[in-house]
Amino acid sequence: MMTRRRLITTGLAGFSGLATAGVLAERYGLIPPDHGGIYGVGETLTYAAQRVLMSRHSLAREFAREQISKVAPVNGDPPRKAVYQRLLARGFADWRLLVDGLVARPGAYSLADLRSFPARTQITHQACEEGWSFIAQWTGVPLSYVLNLAGVGSRAKYVVFFPFDDSWDSLDMADAWHPQTVLAYGMNGEALPTPHGAPLRLRVARQLGYKSVKYLSRITVTETLKGFGQGLGSISPEIGYSWYAGI
Amino acid sequence: MYHPGLAIRNAPRHSAVVRVTHWINTVCFFALIISGAAILVAHPRFYWAETGAVGAPSLFDLPIPFMLGHSGWGRYLHFLAAWACLLNGAVYVVTGLSARHFRRELWPDALQRGAYIGVVFGLFPLIIFTGLAMSPAITSVVPRLVEVFGGQQSARTIHFFAADFLVLFFVGHIFMVSLAGFTDSVRTMITGHGI
Repeated sequence: MMTRRRLITTGLAGFSGLATAGVLAERYGLIPPDHGGIYGVGETLTYAAQRVLMSRHSLAREFAREQISKVAPVNGDPPRKAVYQRLLARGFADWRLLVDGLVARPGAYSLADLRSFPARTQITHQACEEGWSFIAQWTGVPLSYVLNLAGVGSRAKYVVFFPFDDSWDSLDMADAWHPQTVLAYGMNGEALPTPHGAPLRLRVARQLGYKSVKYLSRITVTETLKGFGQGLGSISPEIGYSWYAGI
Repeated sequence: MYHPGLAIRNAPRHSAVVRVTHWINTVCFFALIISGAAILVAHPRFYWAETGAVGAPSLFDLPIPFMLGHSGWGRYLHFLAAWACLLNGAVYVVTGLSARHFRRELWPDALQRGAYIGVVFGLFPLIIFTGLAMSPAITSVVPRLVEVFGGQQSARTIHFFAADFLVLFFVGHIFMVSLAGFTDSVRTMITGHGI
């Protein structure tokens, strides 16, 4: 039977334990940007637990060529904006990927530039939060290569991705530096098809499909997510989905 | 020495830990089933092995339409409730093992005992591990977790069946509780004492 004194001591110990855990979690970057509200408790536990469990470079499973899916569905249509449609019509010859923010050398890279960089090809599994999934081969530049070219500042905490539509998303540095995080311009041995995000899309192998932003236009390195949308790290929490999708 | 037959009236039938974890688990169970259904209806088809999508052959389809727009809150609630269920379950199992609850307090009837032990040590771990096997982050650390189930879609399908068996167990549990007297059983599980 629990005595009142024991209950109070346990309660106090639990409370100070939680407070200490909170301070440590904040210091080691274990609090996701969408940590608010009751659901934020679950989000924070998931994000913190997975970041602690995962060695930063644990690799997502890779598959054999024979395992590539014949069916690779997409959600959503390509951006309707005139600027994107003009670039698409000219085969993305005038398209540039802008890299700015907390970097020593902001830059603008053409598709030819990106193709001239060391490439990585990987066959990985992508699951949609809805429940379906497919395996595909992706070819592109590791994001880490572009980040190194730009010279990321030591205060950097997130990389924010802007496509040609109104959505946006961000990665923490653990996933940004991850070797399987790729800026992909090729899929299944061919140029990236338009519905899959041409000319360039992000591929984040250790998270659900919706983190792999399509139709990329600009990448910004930042210390804080305040000032980006509602400051929740992505448009996803603004429409009711979690920022971190390692599940 | 403990004599069940001689237990004095003040000794509770269920310990405080059993009672508290039981009701927390009840809330978690409903939250998980409801949110699980909300996630499921976005894509009510099931596959085997690694992949599956509309246009690819399925194992079976539920006879309901695809209903998008519920998986946002569904997922938030599912993971929050899963954490609560997991931590609550850990308290229950650890205290249960140390208090020898599973040996002496848990139903003298062999069939019932088997069912309850099977749920606690069989279905619950299965549903936790198939859940984790769907996580691309977790399986990057422990690839075996998804491989033993035969793939990510297999894990999803087994997760669904495990949930169905839990619902079945819940129905059976309510039935058995009703046989024993529903109101008295619930009172005992709240206060710890029968009449």
